[in-house]
Amino acid sequence: MVTTWKRGVSVPIVGALLLIGAVLTAFPFFWMVTTSLKPLIESYNYPPTVLPSAPTLDSYKALFSDFEFGRYLRNTIVVVLLGYVGMFFVAMAGYAFAKFRFRGKGLLFLLVLSTLMVPIQVTMIPTYLILNGIQLTNTLVGIALPTLVSAFNIFLFRQFMSTIPDEFIEAARLDGAGELRILISIVLPLSKPILAVGGVLTFISGWNSFIWPLIIANDQQNYTLSVGISLLNKQLAINPPLQMAGASLMVVPIVIVFVLFQRYIVQGFTMSGLR
Amino acid sequence: MTETAIRGEAASRRFAFRPLRMRGMLVPYALITPALVCLLTFNVLSIAVAAAVSLTNLDISGLADHSQVRFVGLANYRAMFVDPAFWEALRNTLFFVALGVPTLVVGSLAIAIALNHSKSRFFRALRAFYFLPAITAIVAISLIWGNLYNSQFGLLNWLLSVIGKGPVEWLSDSTIAKFSVALVAIWRGSGLDTIIFLAALQALPAEYYEAAAIDGAGEWRKIFNITLPLMRFAIFFVTVTTLISWMQFFDEPYVLTQGGPVHATTSMSLYIYQQGFRGNEFGFASAASMVLFAIIAVVTAVQLRGRRGEEA
Repeated sequence: MVTTWKRGVSVPIVGALLLIGAVLTAFPFFWMVTTSLKPLIESYNYPPTVLPSAPTLDSYKALFSDFEFGRYLRNTIVVVLLGYVGMFFVAMAGYAFAKFRFRGKGLLFLLVLSTLMVPIQVTMIPTYLILNGIQLTNTLVGIALPTLVSAFNIFLFRQFMSTIPDEFIEAARLDGAGELRILISIVLPLSKPILAVGGVLTFISGWNSFIWPLIIANDQQNYTLSVGISLLNKQLAINPPLQMAGASLMVVPIVIVFVLFQRYIVQGFTMSGLR
Repeated sequence: MTETAIRGEAASRRFAFRPLRMRGMLVPYALITPALVCLLTFNVLSIAVAAAVSLTNLDISGLADHSQVRFVGLANYRAMFVDPAFWEALRNTLFFVALGVPTLVVGSLAIAIALNHSKSRFFRALRAFYFLPAITAIVAISLIWGNLYNSQFGLLNWLLSVIGKGPVEWLSDSTIAKFSVALVAIWRGSGLDTIIFLAALQALPAEYYEAAAIDGAGEWRKIFNITLPLMRFAIFFVTVTTLISWMQFFDEPYVLTQGGPVHATTSMSLYIYQQGFRGNEFGFASAASMVLFAIIAVVTAVQLRGRRGEEA
């Protein structure tokens, strides 16, 4: 049959097309890094140079000396760490939904899942008003709070923890361990795969979060990296190497995390796709 | 020993002697309380707050002095429906949805099928490149694209000049800006959709393909007669989630164009944000957010119903 593709022929062709697509997809990141290393003058060159003729780290230094990126970085790390407090709450809830029978459990779990459908635009203003009411606007806790607990993560933890055999937990209970002790010293160590998925997703969402810091932080004191970088776009004179250095500062750690934990990220996204 | 201390001790002893079962019954509630309080405060309670606030004239002065807040009935909704900027934001959102959703669903599916074409190490290594945009911060992404789009020294205009085309105002022409902003969102969104499609493809039973191979079916026939029908649920699912996320389109226009030039790239979400946090009209913005919520809820319900109808 003439129209039939032989697999042997199609693989290299598809591979070549995918390679072109991959290069195009990744090119903006490549451009980001090379531009961040260019001296300011060179970045205005026309035609643009692809590789910097004299690579320099000046723009990165400027982020920390002329701008307050040291502070933004610290704030971002605090927000990420607060996210892990949230993940502990998630683990507690997941444990309860997986291993206890209690009145209203089904309904409460449904309520948890239903929050997945609420769009952020609806919660944006009331959340600001609520946080303002309890005087948490313009604090790092306030920035972390709206996304502290992820309903999707509760679902993930519950699914995973249901597979842990009851005998482990019963044995600990007979030894007189409290439920929190059981969670920490027995259930969590047995939940490493899901902790890895949740941990990586928590890092990514905390590190990248933009809307909440934008709304909740009113002054430089509490800006995170994402808000600080968006300010670079509003400078009067556009400074491409500085902008790209800022972007690299945000993207490179995520790329490293991605390379190290790709399996968990893909797993997490896949499960989020099947929720 | 003071009286309160004695009473305290008695109370704690009473607690200690409480039958174990009673205490055990409270444990699960204690375990879920922190998580539930957070979730319900910022999701369920906030919808109620938004609905209530949308019926008031709450603005920045009302925030400082609650006595100025007044119930205004549906005045915010009426004002919104005669605001041309609201209708433009709604039209823009429809445009973004109509452009972005089909492109993303078809594009991601094609990429996923191609990536799944061979199990070789080379194909697996390529995946990472396609996934990468999905996990990087939108702010950084927008800066990068803003740089590529720059009309004076941006790379894209230089590439155009190489093939003899004049410069394009990527972000300042009101029609082109819509496409430029959407392109960044498509690029960023493709990673997640590709991951989901790829996972679904890998879960397809191999027997169908073996049978087709015996019948001598070509690669295209296999894709159209086996893969696509089997992927119906994944395609439906990705369409719904992509549609919902594009109806909430916000990040790209916010960072790249601030909704401009004039209102050309202002989506519904950006309109709500601008009304609420630029204009400090919380009541008005809440009304707009309730309308967006209603639209999203209706579209989702229609799709789910359509899906159920198809299955029956």
